[in-house]
Amino acid sequence: MKKQSLWLLAVALLLGLAVLISGTAMAAGPVDWQLGFQEAVTPVAERIDSFHNMLLYIISFVSAFVFILLIIVIFRFNAKANPKPASFTHNTPIEILWTVIPILILILISLKSFPLLYYSDRTADPEMTLKVTGYQWYWGYEYPDQDGLAFESRMIADDEIDKSKGQKRLLSTDNIVVLPVDTNIQVLITAADVLHAFAMPSFGIKTDAVPGRMNETWVRITKPGVYYGQCSELCGKDHAYMPIEIHAVSKKEFNAWIKKAKKEFALNSYSDEPYELAQIEGVE
Amino acid sequence: MSDHHEDHKPGFFTRWFCSTNHKDIGTLYLIFAIVAALVGGGFSMLMRMELQEPGLQYVADGQMWNVWITAHGLIMVFFVVMPALIGGFGNWFVPIMIGAPDMAFPRMNNISFWLLVPSLLLLAASAMIGPGAGTGWTVYPPLSSKLGHPGMSVDMAIFALHLAGASSILGAANFITTIFNMRAPGMTLHKMPLYVWSILVTAFLLVLSLPVLGGAITMLLTDRNFGTAFFAPEGGGDPLLFQHLFWFFGHPEVYIIILPAFGIISQVVSTFSKKPVFGYLPMAYAMIAIGFVGFIVWAHHMYTVGMPVDARAYFTAATMIIAVPTGIKIFSWIATMWGGSIEFKTPMLFVMGFIFLFTVGGVTGVVLANAGMDTPLHDTYYVVAHFHYVLSIGAVFGIYAGWYYWIGKMSGRQYPEWSGKIHFWLSFIGINMVFFPQHFLGLAGMPRRYPDYPDAFEGWNQISSYGAYLTGAATVWFLFFAVWTLTRGRKVESNYWNVQPQCMTLEWTLSSPPPFHQFEIQPKVK
Repeated sequence: MKKQSLWLLAVALLLGLAVLISGTAMAAGPVDWQLGFQEAVTPVAERIDSFHNMLLYIISFVSAFVFILLIIVIFRFNAKANPKPASFTHNTPIEILWTVIPILILILISLKSFPLLYYSDRTADPEMTLKVTGYQWYWGYEYPDQDGLAFESRMIADDEIDKSKGQKRLLSTDNIVVLPVDTNIQVLITAADVLHAFAMPSFGIKTDAVPGRMNETWVRITKPGVYYGQCSELCGKDHAYMPIEIHAVSKKEFNAWIKKAKKEFALNSYSDEPYELAQIEGVE
Repeated sequence: MSDHHEDHKPGFFTRWFCSTNHKDIGTLYLIFAIVAALVGGGFSMLMRMELQEPGLQYVADGQMWNVWITAHGLIMVFFVVMPALIGGFGNWFVPIMIGAPDMAFPRMNNISFWLLVPSLLLLAASAMIGPGAGTGWTVYPPLSSKLGHPGMSVDMAIFALHLAGASSILGAANFITTIFNMRAPGMTLHKMPLYVWSILVTAFLLVLSLPVLGGAITMLLTDRNFGTAFFAPEGGGDPLLFQHLFWFFGHPEVYIIILPAFGIISQVVSTFSKKPVFGYLPMAYAMIAIGFVGFIVWAHHMYTVGMPVDARAYFTAATMIIAVPTGIKIFSWIATMWGGSIEFKTPMLFVMGFIFLFTVGGVTGVVLANAGMDTPLHDTYYVVAHFHYVLSIGAVFGIYAGWYYWIGKMSGRQYPEWSGKIHFWLSFIGINMVFFPQHFLGLAGMPRRYPDYPDAFEGWNQISSYGAYLTGAATVWFLFFAVWTLTRGRKVESNYWNVQPQCMTLEWTLSSPPPFHQFEIQPKVK
């Protein structure tokens, strides 16, 4: 009786934890005592969430199973309870079972794993492109479809954080990336000096920025909001201080922002029109 | 039995500095590992103190932090776990378990140990010269190139790795030669204790993987100093080439770390259950399978670098296969205990802890094996939690199990049982407090290698830090009673665990400690 209640307790605890993690309510950006993923706002992130929930039940069950076996061993086969040891060293059926059942579980996992992998790889028909370049220690962004609109984005220092504006320490940036919702966006990622990694937990993406290479991933944001990411490949002294802040807005708001941004960041763009650049440098 | 000739020991300097005796060299390795563990563990404590609260409290800047994490990783892998499990227990017990008087190449054994000392000194010096090597233990270029680290620190760290690598290759060649040629009559390969099997497989992994690391860091060295461009895109090279070479070594390396622990677990489980190991041959061949598959899964450390999707699919499939032989080992250990008459002495407690927690670390490994699932988890604390569950808990619990199991044999003196049990429970609770909450941090998106984090991550980081202090206290407890054991411990007989005939290995036929030269008369195995 006592033994049984112990196993039940163990299973209940582990499965309870699984439910807790899989069901945690999520918000943009991490929250205190968070147990699970950040809110999923792309189809890829949603698929990751659902795959993780499945995996969590499987791994909790396996761990609980091993735990229960160990508890049984402790109570039934300690030297007091079982003074005379058995002598068997083989049992072919059970050895086949514990080889075949794990294989079946792995096949079950792969049924969901491979479709997710191929789905998350890239989008067939991108409607727009965002190019991201990692630098020590900030990010550069370009909108090649918008006359080469380009700007750099740096972390807001701790002492300049304005909480009334909803800014978050180590996450908020000076120039914010704005993207439209319900749009297939191709994201191209590279680096100019050392390795960096462009990671957005809510979007389910993380892709290394490698000098000399152009990596590709994609997002289709389904919900307007403010989303944060952080550099995820060790890049030196200020690795922890080059966050990513993305605002997802409606297409209409996006177009309005593009107009404004083109003016604001005109000096950076590589548009064909001879902007002030020519005048400044005095080129004929 | 132990006449004058057999037990003649050389003078202090000759014995400890020019040692060719496998037991003395094993002792040197263990002392070295403990000293290095204090340094590497000291870095852990500093890191957890820094991470206890948001903001920077103890580090001056991110570079100093990166030097800490680099030193912690390299020291724990190359100077703590490998010397303890392979150099220490391997040197002590492989020759004895196969009925050999010593290792095949005793003087090579000596140089193998003494290369480690300058290696550790070089690594320590690299942290003190200029800004230090803040590259992470993976030493990825271009951060580790002149571009990211202009000073001499990284060059010194590379030399440290060269020396540690040479040391391990020499040691591995020695083990392979010893095991293949010096087994006592009747000790066929299929009768060798599983610990010897684990060292044999490990030695092959070392010989096959370490030269690749040696090549990679030599190329890095010439990139840094002689104008080559193996890893520099501006000269036609590729930073990803280094990652492929590094992980071709690095993944076998994690099995190099854990396989000897598997071996110790098998010996201890059998002894205290008073049953022979269940499925001896599948256990041995599972280790070979793990070793083999370990060589063809390396790029699962690189899912986010921009590999083609088909390559990621292959590495996902290959990686998941490892779960099968690992499962065979876990269930065979449980089947060994099943029907046994188990005495829960300290080594057995560490084994029970190992089996459960290695399972927890193993299943999160299955999660990470999936390239699609790894994307949000890569380079977050989820990965940190995963590999510390299998290495910090797995390998280190293996070391503790070996220590408590064999300390009486090695020193002739036994630890107080209650002290070992308290050590186990302190470690078990502490280390789970450190690493279990890190799963939550990783899922929520906290990246690795950050000295400071968004305020939302504070709660779990605090719990993790408290756990680290408890684990630190457990280590101080362990050290105190280690010294106590060596100076005041109760003297013990040759077979102090009362190892049953069906579980017998040769070390229990020798006195405790064994004579300076054992097996003057060659033992015969039936």
